[in-house]
Amino acid sequence: MYSQGLIGADGKTAEDEAFIARFQKRIDAEEKIEPNDPMPEGYRKTLVRQIGQHAHSEIVGMLPEGNWITRAPTLRRKAALLAKVQDEGGHGLYLYSAAETLGVSREQMTEELLSGKAKYSSIFNYPTPTWADIGMIGWLVDGAAIMNQIPLCRCSYGPYSRAMIRVCKEESFHQRQGYEIVMTLAQGTPEQRRMAQESLDRWWWPSLMMFGPHDGDSVNSDQSMKWKIKRFTNDELRQKFVDATVPQAERIGLKMPDPDLKWNEEKQGYDFGPINWDEFWKVVKGGGPMNRERIAARRKAWEDGAWVREAALAHAEKRKMARLAAE
Amino acid sequence: MAHDKVLFEILIRLADDHLVLGHRLSEWCGHAPMLEEDLSMPNMALDLIGQARSLYAYAGEIENRGRDEDAIAYLRTEPEYKNLLLVEKPNEDFAHTMLRQFYFAVFMEEFWKEAISSSDNTLAGIAGKAMKEIAYHIRHCGEWIIRLGDGTEESSRRMRAAVEVLHPYTDEMFDHDDVVAAAVSAEIIPDPLLLRPRWEQGVQTVFKAAKITMPNDYWALRGGRAGQHGEEMGFLLADLQYMQRTYPGMTW
Ligand SMILES: [Fe+2]
Ligand SMILES: [Fe+2]
Repeated sequence: MYSQGLIGADGKTAEDEAFIARFQKRIDAEEKIEPNDPMPEGYRKTLVRQIGQHAHSEIVGMLPEGNWITRAPTLRRKAALLAKVQDEGGHGLYLYSAAETLGVSREQMTEELLSGKAKYSSIFNYPTPTWADIGMIGWLVDGAAIMNQIPLCRCSYGPYSRAMIRVCKEESFHQRQGYEIVMTLAQGTPEQRRMAQESLDRWWWPSLMMFGPHDGDSVNSDQSMKWKIKRFTNDELRQKFVDATVPQAERIGLKMPDPDLKWNEEKQGYDFGPINWDEFWKVVKGGGPMNRERIAARRKAWEDGAWVREAALAHAEKRKMARLAAE
Repeated sequence: MAHDKVLFEILIRLADDHLVLGHRLSEWCGHAPMLEEDLSMPNMALDLIGQARSLYAYAGEIENRGRDEDAIAYLRTEPEYKNLLLVEKPNEDFAHTMLRQFYFAVFMEEFWKEAISSSDNTLAGIAGKAMKEIAYHIRHCGEWIIRLGDGTEESSRRMRAAVEVLHPYTDEMFDHDDVVAAAVSAEIIPDPLLLRPRWEQGVQTVFKAAKITMPNDYWALRGGRAGQHGEEMGFLLADLQYMQRTYPGMTW
């Protein structure tokens, strides 16, 4: 996921009209834009920002789930969770590589994340106090990610769309695995059912917030749609997610924490209650329950690992010198 | 000692080594020095946990008291865990982690090589699968030991510190007791003493490239095989067993 529908990069661009028109013609013809193709600066900037946010979300997203690897209740769950968190790291890697094709290095992006300049999905600023949260993240968070990412497989920028095709396959596996964890709890003892419902109560609304602000309040959304970086609006994607997820909850006897939720025959979709946008903005701006801890953990890993990265460089340099001397 | 009792004890020792080391490696997940290592360490941890599962499941069969892999892995008291002290040592830093993994992997490669022709067919099968996985562990960790040993001043200091701390725990891999003696004479496992020169040579080759001297003057430390663990083990088990102990008898 997890571009949050909140890109914020200024899509303004200084190229002349003929250039923009030529570019738009290629976009409209559904041609893929490749790294060395001419592109408006605004297009490049928007993509760098979006792919960067997406990559950071994969990496920060390893933390709330990683929290449960050593405590997973069975060996099968432990192995599956470890593999899942590893997949998310792999997604981060493909995405950083896709962003690198636009001329920003992984180091640069990492520094922007650590300094707080670059954003990541607000969902990962919530804690995972119970095992049920591992199921909930797979089911809801990966589920929401899929809604967002399937259209990104057709994104106009070639490297991003190709990265998304690989990522989507794994995300749907994660979603099924998460749902299966939740289902096992829902069919378990009363204590396990309570654990699942309590976790759903905490994750449902933040999952809906993952799609970002309402269309009317979403900056630069129109330009992204026009450039076919984005194919659906935030509200369209959110609606799809609600429509897909509510029946899944019903099937296993869990209840969404929303008294206004009900089927609307006319629109063939669910109506749902108002989202707490104050909470959303608070978490996006750094005031969520885990914002500080997530960045601190990333910074600690980066700083503690500095000597390892330096040693790798120094050793490679020594080898190169030795090779040159031998020639 | 009855054949099945010997086999069970051997399987538990091996399974505990793999589970505990896999557990330690998995603690890095999301906190590695670079993204590539956030993929490599879980990779190795997954291999180890996968092998532990096969070994526990088979131990449960041999024991024939209805315990499955999780009952054995999660529901024993500390002295019933029989892993080497080496594998329970905390991660400390990346140098310790790579070295601990390397020491164990070089030993296990030699062990599995022989265990492929074990008199026990199931163990031989597990050995065949493990052999395919372990070459990567040795290569990956060996390369890091060389990079760190012959990298910067700091990395070389850390690598040498890791050797000083961990080397004394390596002797336990080659120990003999009644169980090992019985398993060797039943040709279930190779004689660990015969593996020692091969292990030393494998380690020595990498140490030489890493500009590290192999310690020869140290007091060996042991105890895990007899269920006598270090102070860190209880914390590891508290994490591992948390769910199974808090919510007994549930399906997850
Ligand atoms: Fe992902
Ligand atoms: Fe995922």
